[in-house]
Amino acid sequence: MEMLRLATAGSVDDGKSTLIGRLLYDSKAIFDDQLEAVERTSRERGDEYTNLALLTDGLRAEREQGITIDVAYRYFATPKRKFIIADTPGHTQYTRNMVTGASTADVALILIDARKGVLEQSRRHAFLASLLGIPHLVLCVNKMDLVDWSEERFEEIKHEFRSFAMKLDVHDLTFIPVSALLGDNIVDRSTNMPWYEGSALLHHLEEVHIASDRNLIDARFPVQYVIRPQNQTDRTTHDYRGYAGQVAGGVFRTGDEVVVLPSGFTSTIASIDTADGAIGEAFSPMSVTLRLADEIDISRGDMIARRKNQPHVGQDIEAMVCWMSEVSWLREGAKLAIKHTTRWARALVKDLQYQLDINTLHRHEDAVGLALNEIGRVTLRTTLPLFYDEYRRNRTTGSFILVDETTNTTVGAGMILAPASE
Amino acid sequence: MAAPYELSHLRALEAEAIHIIREVAAEFERPALLFSGGKDSIVMLHLAAKAFAPARVPFPVMHVDTGHNFAEVIAFRDLMVAQVGVRLVVASVEDDLAAGRVADDEGPRASRNRLQTITLLRGIEEQRYDAVFGGARRDEEKARAKERVFSFRDDFGQWDPKNQRPELWSLYNGRHKQGEHIRVFPLSNWTELDIWQYISDEGIELPAIYFAHTRKVFRRDGMWMDDSELIPRLPGEEVEERVVRFRTVGDVTCTGAVDSPAANLAEVIAEVAATRLTERGATRADDRISEAGMEDRKREGYF
Repeated sequence: MEMLRLATAGSVDDGKSTLIGRLLYDSKAIFDDQLEAVERTSRERGDEYTNLALLTDGLRAEREQGITIDVAYRYFATPKRKFIIADTPGHTQYTRNMVTGASTADVALILIDARKGVLEQSRRHAFLASLLGIPHLVLCVNKMDLVDWSEERFEEIKHEFRSFAMKLDVHDLTFIPVSALLGDNIVDRSTNMPWYEGSALLHHLEEVHIASDRNLIDARFPVQYVIRPQNQTDRTTHDYRGYAGQVAGGVFRTGDEVVVLPSGFTSTIASIDTADGAIGEAFSPMSVTLRLADEIDISRGDMIARRKNQPHVGQDIEAMVCWMSEVSWLREGAKLAIKHTTRWARALVKDLQYQLDINTLHRHEDAVGLALNEIGRVTLRTTLPLFYDEYRRNRTTGSFILVDETTNTTVGAGMILAPASE
Repeated sequence: MAAPYELSHLRALEAEAIHIIREVAAEFERPALLFSGGKDSIVMLHLAAKAFAPARVPFPVMHVDTGHNFAEVIAFRDLMVAQVGVRLVVASVEDDLAAGRVADDEGPRASRNRLQTITLLRGIEEQRYDAVFGGARRDEEKARAKERVFSFRDDFGQWDPKNQRPELWSLYNGRHKQGEHIRVFPLSNWTELDIWQYISDEGIELPAIYFAHTRKVFRRDGMWMDDSELIPRLPGEEVEERVVRFRTVGDVTCTGAVDSPAANLAEVIAEVAATRLTERGATRADDRISEAGMEDRKREGYF
């Protein structure tokens, strides 16, 4: 069974909670005691209906204020797939939360109210999904019951959204007309919209092809930890020296010629070890231990790649950064800690080229800084070389976080565009 | 047959957990793994052993001992610790009671659940741990659904749910100052069913109380409580023999059993797949304190 990570975006008004509630309930992922607790709280609060948002709004403050503060993770499974939903709130801290939930998602689910059509908010969701490199976008046109199940209205919204999406980096775009409240096209195909020939939402989520989204070409292995048993009495492991890590791209096979960065030394893979024994090949996202034929000095933060296919190596990078601090701004000249794969370094913000308005996609080149939830293009200089790929080519070796060195909080998320020219 | 280069959900979850465990071993000076002898901590220790093979697990395990244990679970704990070859540190609530740092609740519903937090935080401070692994899962409880994999705790061990660090991709930020620490949850994305299927796949051994057995129990709050001298009876609570099993394992005084004929892994998996109650809803008195029982305890430093 394969695992699919789904990010949902929108507010209660779009019917997002109803839709998630229905997916969970119909796949039996909501338990009776959870439902009873939600019904009880709904009654106590005087809600007219069972408020399924309470299932995910788990914090006291969220229930008291009736808002969602943070990303909530929900789980459900069908016989075909296990699903992880990152449910991101619609209003406060919107961008920060959506970026967090979207960073690992395979599919983004965006809801549009059929009566209201494509709003600024829908465009913002789609833009962030494309910026974060989510390979599949599903647009649920909801509340079709309130527009008389109109095919014409559905086509209108589809057309409008498509013309906007052309400006974005979206490869797979699917439109589904639904009524989350009545269950049409959620789990079962709707009988109210015979003109719609596609799949119901759940069926689409079960079938969407995600295995080939991973980069299986560029072999990348950031070294996480060096395993040396140093057991004096056990002769079989006395000289053992393995490099543990999670494959970040491509396929590694025993006997492959590899290069170790930054040293540039080459060797061959002697063995790919796991606790269950050696295996012939390893691919993303497997956690394995590599042993090399030659004794080379390798430590955490180094990268093993194929000799004939190496990542960029450098200290000057261009990236899109989403700023996430409530208390500080990203400004030119700022110095921050940066974590990229398994490597920590320091980064200097050399240039803020522009701030991007995520509603209009307008570039503000005169911006003096990035505030909370703002996104911009920056040039960074790092104290150590990074071994990276473009984010659109590899989401693991193309991403980084920025950390404030005084407070230790994570203040920025970065997606690498290219090496910076000097 | 699986398509080429496809990883099953259990193998993907395993790879993620191993990655998290190795990050901690690489970036922290003094990590420790919380081990209760319950199924989640057993799976976590199993994953830690796999993460560093053929070397040993490079950190100790800590048991926060309320003194109200199921005897089978303690025996199992000692066996597993010896098998894996890790050092066991016991932080005992009874030491805190003896030293007068905490006092037992009074009455038949007395529980040491809240006292555990004091002992846990004392253990972390005394041992100077800077990272502590916990087996909590996001599917268990709604406050836990909001928890990070790397969860920051301040000088007092407190969790501030409104002020959590953003956590993106698999780039974990464990930076902290002296006296602060990070709780780490490698099983965040696992469900109860995933845990059981993995236990079955890997042939992991569990304490026998997870499987159906005949036990003397009495009914309280819809749960079957163990006929233990540690739990004073209320009027009308009659002891009877029933075939039960435990879905979660914690302190005797607040962990209930469920009626179940499931005597082996296959039967437990079938039961878990069909159940209509969450494991904590069915068997944990400690979560019933209030709607935000878990959130409040987590804020105080509970795991």
